Amino acid sequence: MDPNSKRKKESPPETSRSSPFPDEVLERILGLLKSNKDRSSVSLVCKDWYNAESWSRTHVFIGNCYSVSPEIVARRFPKIRSVTLKGKPRFSDFNLVPRNWGADIQSWLVVFASKYPFLEELRLKRMTVTDESLEFLALNFPDFKALSLLSCDGFSTDGLAAIATHCKNLTELDIQENGIDDKSGNWLSCFPENFSSLEVLNFANLNSDVNFDALEKLVSRCKSLKVLKVNKNVSLEQLQRLLVCTPQLTEIGTGSFSQELTGCQYTELENTFNHCKSLETLSGLWEATAPYLPVLYPACTNLTFLNLGYAALQSHELANLLRHCPQLRRLWVLDTVEDKGLEAVGSNCPLLEELRVFPADPFDEEIIRGVTEAGFVAVSYGCRRLHYVLYFCRQMTNAAVATIVQNCPNFTHFRLCIMNPGQPDYMTNEPMDEAFGAVVKTCSKLQRLSVSGLLTDLTFVYIGRYAKNLETLSVAFAGSSDWGMQCVLGGCPKLRKLEIRDCPFGNATLLSGLEKYESMRSLWMSSCNVTMNGCRQLAREMPRLNVEVMKEEGSDDIQADKVYVYRSVAGPRRDAPPSVLTLSGL
Amino acid sequence: MQLVLGGGGGVKTSSMSTVSGEGNTAMSSEDSSSPDEAELELGLGLSLGGFKAQQTAVKTKYARILTAKDLPSGVSTSSSCTSSSSSTLSRANATAGTKRSADSVSAPNGASSQVVGWPPIRAYRMNSMVNQAKSVATEEYNSVIGKNKNNTAVLDKTNNGSNMNSNNFKVRTSFFVKVNMDGIAIGRKVDLNASGCYEALAQTLEDMFLRPIPTINAMRSSAPEHNLMVDATRCPKLLDGSSEFVLTYEDKEGDWMLVGDVPWGMFLSSVKRLRIMRRSEATGLAPRLQERNGRQRSKLI
Repeated sequence: MDPNSKRKKESPPETSRSSPFPDEVLERILGLLKSNKDRSSVSLVCKDWYNAESWSRTHVFIGNCYSVSPEIVARRFPKIRSVTLKGKPRFSDFNLVPRNWGADIQSWLVVFASKYPFLEELRLKRMTVTDESLEFLALNFPDFKALSLLSCDGFSTDGLAAIATHCKNLTELDIQENGIDDKSGNWLSCFPENFSSLEVLNFANLNSDVNFDALEKLVSRCKSLKVLKVNKNVSLEQLQRLLVCTPQLTEIGTGSFSQELTGCQYTELENTFNHCKSLETLSGLWEATAPYLPVLYPACTNLTFLNLGYAALQSHELANLLRHCPQLRRLWVLDTVEDKGLEAVGSNCPLLEELRVFPADPFDEEIIRGVTEAGFVAVSYGCRRLHYVLYFCRQMTNAAVATIVQNCPNFTHFRLCIMNPGQPDYMTNEPMDEAFGAVVKTCSKLQRLSVSGLLTDLTFVYIGRYAKNLETLSVAFAGSSDWGMQCVLGGCPKLRKLEIRDCPFGNATLLSGLEKYESMRSLWMSSCNVTMNGCRQLAREMPRLNVEVMKEEGSDDIQADKVYVYRSVAGPRRDAPPSVLTLSGL
Repeated sequence: MQLVLGGGGGVKTSSMSTVSGEGNTAMSSEDSSSPDEAELELGLGLSLGGFKAQQTAVKTKYARILTAKDLPSGVSTSSSCTSSSSSTLSRANATAGTKRSADSVSAPNGASSQVVGWPPIRAYRMNSMVNQAKSVATEEYNSVIGKNKNNTAVLDKTNNGSNMNSNNFKVRTSFFVKVNMDGIAIGRKVDLNASGCYEALAQTLEDMFLRPIPTINAMRSSAPEHNLMVDATRCPKLLDGSSEFVLTYEDKEGDWMLVGDVPWGMFLSSVKRLRIMRRSEATGLAPRLQERNGRQRSKLI
């Protein structure tokens, strides 16, 4: 198939065309497809459809930046205006991947500058982005509109300054949870005085002060602003002044939520929030304290997403707040709210679909704080529509999980982190096998599962047997032997991402997935029992996989400490640092 | 919230014997004065020095909070990870500049504070929480059953973490213990590493419990019980015997001792939690105590 074939086929109408439509019509129709999955399906129908889909696609999602090269992408999709790219393996978020591992955006930008000069959107996750790249981006794409950086690293606020200075049509600047070198807040002042197109501004991640005057002016002249998330250096009083200009916001990220306010200021703040009737998402709330939370109440009527992940609220504070959030669909909290707070969630949020409970003090071992199985169970009784949970706790029981999934059988994402590795059911002292067995047996729609606690091979036998829709599995400190993981690799037909750390799985596991890896995005195994020989064998037998081993200082040549395997049509990568060995089939 | 007692097959008394007094066994603090059978002896001293003699003579019996030894509980010690996991943890693992502490070798339980990238929380969130960490926090006493950990081992690691910061890349910079004061339902927590010595600790606790209520902006919670403190003595001293309260702590073995007798480092290595006790209460027990002391001494003689 030659993707460069001419668009118009000069063929008489009688010849057998697979499509009764002219190309333009087909493209127009297929152009209405937004889902990437649908587009992939459509492209497989026939050559015409493949071409029409390629020409009509404007957004491309690349889940692993090394699975394909920018040249290949540009050849296939000539009209891309929006790119989403993910780079490093997910465990890089937890410091398991060396800093210079790769996933640098620059080589992509160079190709895009030539092939997609009309590029408008770039959304990156776990990529390395330098200031030079940001400047390159700002200078080479005159239509550029939206930049989103999540969990990226390698850049500083200088890069943001370049974006602010040069991107005349910027509508979105979304900087989240990155390893950013925060030199100063001056970047915000780089937006030109006549610049007014911003719709999304999120700099909650940054620590330096921005010039508030500049911010206030920026916000007042950007009449289409819908999302504003400031950093914790913005005080309550300042927030109030910003919100006065922007009552139309749908997403607000407050700054620091504790400040001594006069009675008058308090009332003003309350009134301002009262006018924010379009609010759907609320976040920030650093250092939120009980006396000030009530100002939010009137703004919460239509709230669907409440992110209290940085606000160490207590149970009664949360309960009081939730009484005013009847429409809540997504809630992120710290475990300072404890089980009592979660009971309040169960009582007040019948429409809840997603709950994430983060540990406020993950290394606090002696003191019992946080949430237990009881809180989770309480939520499950009250929130029957719950389908996404991320739960950090210090104790759990098999019985509790069984109850939870009985109440909420529609889980699509079940991520349970019992924080002490290898911890059994604290009441029966048994492994947590039955808990996850219950999850996979009951939740037939399960797409993502993270397991924890003391687990034997039985857990993985269950997963392999029942988790027919599972796409992502994360395993740590679990299992007894290769047998379990072989069941998973032999069993889960839709598995795409498998990440394993600190488990007793070895070469037998690695090699049992041979047939599967080409239908998966990636496999990660670290601190397991995989050897270099095992990896070499894998590389030999599956030449279209990239098998990469991250070597560590002082480790021998026999063990393969960290293995990252992924399918690629671009061949082995050429930008790997010396500590990353790329094993080829040769 | 249910208090889970006994039941199941989870009681491992044999292994629990090494776990001295599950400090996290949740009994409400109001019960703390109920003595354990006839074994109560409250060690009291009017000054730091004077108590030593008494203590060394009658080491074993002090006022005790009911501990796990007294209650059947569902707590079980965590079994260690599979052998390969332990060996994994013991391997030196240098990743991106973060190293596991050598202490993790001795902890096959895989204490979460010593393992790289565990619990799986993004670095950004970790840093944000560290910055926000308050050195004292109000806390409601909830009846949650204690942990299935070997507290002694954990405590040792904690001290290693605090005393040998240079070895730990994942440094634990705070060492929080619960503090309860007689008459106040809500306990607090204090960071012993932030104190560094007895005087500072006493000062911190005095500020926490024995000062008038600060403004609403400074305190996170204005529990009504704190109003009690408005009438407390000015500039009380918890350690020198002039206050109406005495400061005691529960050690690894579940015994309650007077704070101040042992060197600070030794105190850190054995303290599990603190209790500010009314002198009058303690005094009330003293006569029996002295009787027992007398009996004890006569036994020894």
